[in-house]
Amino acid sequence: MTSLAIVDHPKKAAAFVADIDRAHWHDQSLWYVRIKRDKQAASLPEWELLRETASQIKANVVANLADYLEQFANEATKLGAVVHWARDAAEHNAIVLNILQSRGAQKIVKSKSMLTEECHLNPYLERHGIEVIDTDLGERIVQLAKEPPSHIVLPCIHYKKEEIGELFHEHLGTDKGAKDPKYLAEAARQHLREKFCGADAGITGVNFAIAETGGFVVCTNEGNADLGVSLPKLHIACLGIEKLLPRAADLGVFLRLLARSATGQPITTYSSHFHGPLPGGELHIVLVDNGRTDIAANPDFRRSLNCIRCGACMNTCPIYRRSGGHSYEATVPGPIGSILAPARDSAKYATLPHACSLCGSCSDVCPVKIDIHQQLLTWRKEIAARKQLKWSKRLGMQLTGWVFQHPWLYSTLGKMARWTLPWMPRFMLYHGLNPWGKQRELPSAPPQSFRELYAQRQKQQANGGSVTPQPSPHSPPSVYSASSKVN
Amino acid sequence: MGLPDTNSAKNAILGAIRAINIPPAPLPPLQRSEWITYPDPAAQFAIVLASIGGTCETVADTAELNEKLRHLPAFTTARQIVNLVPHVNLPAEHLLKEQEIADPHHLVDVDLAIMPGEFAVAENGAVWCVTRHLRHRVLYFITQHLALVVPREQIVHNMHQAYERLAWGQAEFGLFLAGPSKTADIEQSLVIGAHGARSLTVFLV
Repeated sequence: MTSLAIVDHPKKAAAFVADIDRAHWHDQSLWYVRIKRDKQAASLPEWELLRETASQIKANVVANLADYLEQFANEATKLGAVVHWARDAAEHNAIVLNILQSRGAQKIVKSKSMLTEECHLNPYLERHGIEVIDTDLGERIVQLAKEPPSHIVLPCIHYKKEEIGELFHEHLGTDKGAKDPKYLAEAARQHLREKFCGADAGITGVNFAIAETGGFVVCTNEGNADLGVSLPKLHIACLGIEKLLPRAADLGVFLRLLARSATGQPITTYSSHFHGPLPGGELHIVLVDNGRTDIAANPDFRRSLNCIRCGACMNTCPIYRRSGGHSYEATVPGPIGSILAPARDSAKYATLPHACSLCGSCSDVCPVKIDIHQQLLTWRKEIAARKQLKWSKRLGMQLTGWVFQHPWLYSTLGKMARWTLPWMPRFMLYHGLNPWGKQRELPSAPPQSFRELYAQRQKQQANGGSVTPQPSPHSPPSVYSASSKVN
Repeated sequence: MGLPDTNSAKNAILGAIRAINIPPAPLPPLQRSEWITYPDPAAQFAIVLASIGGTCETVADTAELNEKLRHLPAFTTARQIVNLVPHVNLPAEHLLKEQEIADPHHLVDVDLAIMPGEFAVAENGAVWCVTRHLRHRVLYFITQHLALVVPREQIVHNMHQAYERLAWGQAEFGLFLAGPSKTADIEQSLVIGAHGARSLTVFLV
């Protein structure tokens, strides 16, 4: 469950980075996925056109969302599905529970759905005596560990195989000390087969819903969604309203982009198209808003609804890779999550848009061309305007802003700094008021400022001489070049 | 707690969306000359399928298909086999009649399922599968091993061509199936055989 506490990303990230080897390993694991994504993107000469096409389709969806939702609901009903509408998480959970209870369903198998994660469906159902088993291997691992996923596509990317072996030894009775992924995955297969065969109902998320046909598509590599809703007669699909596509043929664009961007595969193993219930079965579709119309109403952040949850922005983000998904304390972490979470509660998630170096890599890899880093910058301004910044950051920004408004002050302070910094003892430079210096060294002070160099150049050119920088009157001491700073 | 009134929720959501003034955005065309094509789509399909853990076998005729099926490792060790491809002719001892099984849970011990695929996609190694020829769609996912038989001339270059071929409008399940079931959730190590089939062989006939 979410806590009411303010999310302090820097603090959480510092805890993750404290284990340097682990942080490095996490970084490399995700970079490996990013490289696979690049290879797949490069395999299609029309990649940029695909992204542009997807972006245009999504813009059309948001502009006509109400019509498409009505069309989808009508078509789905014609195919024999029952369509429900939920304004928020509470309504969504109540609807799902009611369907399950009225059919006497006690054991549920669920395939990965970030929407049910967002609504905290599992603990809600468990409180009502219903067993919910997450069936995606990664989701099952974090479920056994009683943790939320740390990544939307790779839920247990933060776990080492030894730790998974330990979890499985405790919960599934595998051999102590076992860490072979093949052995562990086989144990999970056997364990989950029992759950699949004993389930009264299956719950899935939805990757894409089609207004034109009333059907929807679920993509997995493991086949867990399919197995989970092809044995029991009851299937409940939980669907965020932004997941609509106008035409079935639009899937051609999105299925080409999704897996390539997510894991560097040409397509997921299973892309299942559900149109109506199993013969003799029941299909319920729960359409959920839960803050999405609020995002649609805001022109600055509207495009974040384009997100198809591929996770590419996380895999490429230098902050995410080094701080771990849990440091965001949000259902969707990483760059896109740092837009979505403040939209829900900007005071609680005020630190997230700052967990960004504005490098723009997220926007470059986004398959639907969301201008992620620009929206993060916009959120920073918005959070400052709402006075939700931490006092230290606010004071720092105000001071800096004031200095920048007075060029003479800036130049005087710069000159003073160039003179004094090289001689200052470390304890005066690296302390609590300089968070920037926590994991890195300040650069050595240049002998001259740009303005001084420029003035000198102008003067020399006026005299017709060549331009050579003056040697520094005072060389910086060796403390900067050969630092022995330890963390 | 009673069930929320879904109609008032529907009206509230649609009303809130309609109240937003969003500039119009036209739908882009989906038929384009830029979409990739391959000189030999069957060869491309086989390469991609191999890269995602499957196997592609091109056979000349039904006789060769039967011969290859009988030598499939999944066949030689199987105790329960389901075959749904009409012209496939296999020894009857292990064959299970899927149509006679009422409860899909009884398919849990199927070792090999031989099923028809409608067409194949060169760009990603996927095969379009439908369920109108079978009673229990779970067979695609519950079998330990899977063999798909696809007509050799039924290969499209890319997913756009794939969707051009598909028709909608009735309650039906269909899927693009690309390779065996797999997971990389444990330290990004690829493990074949997560919940679904442990192997996939596609026969182009």
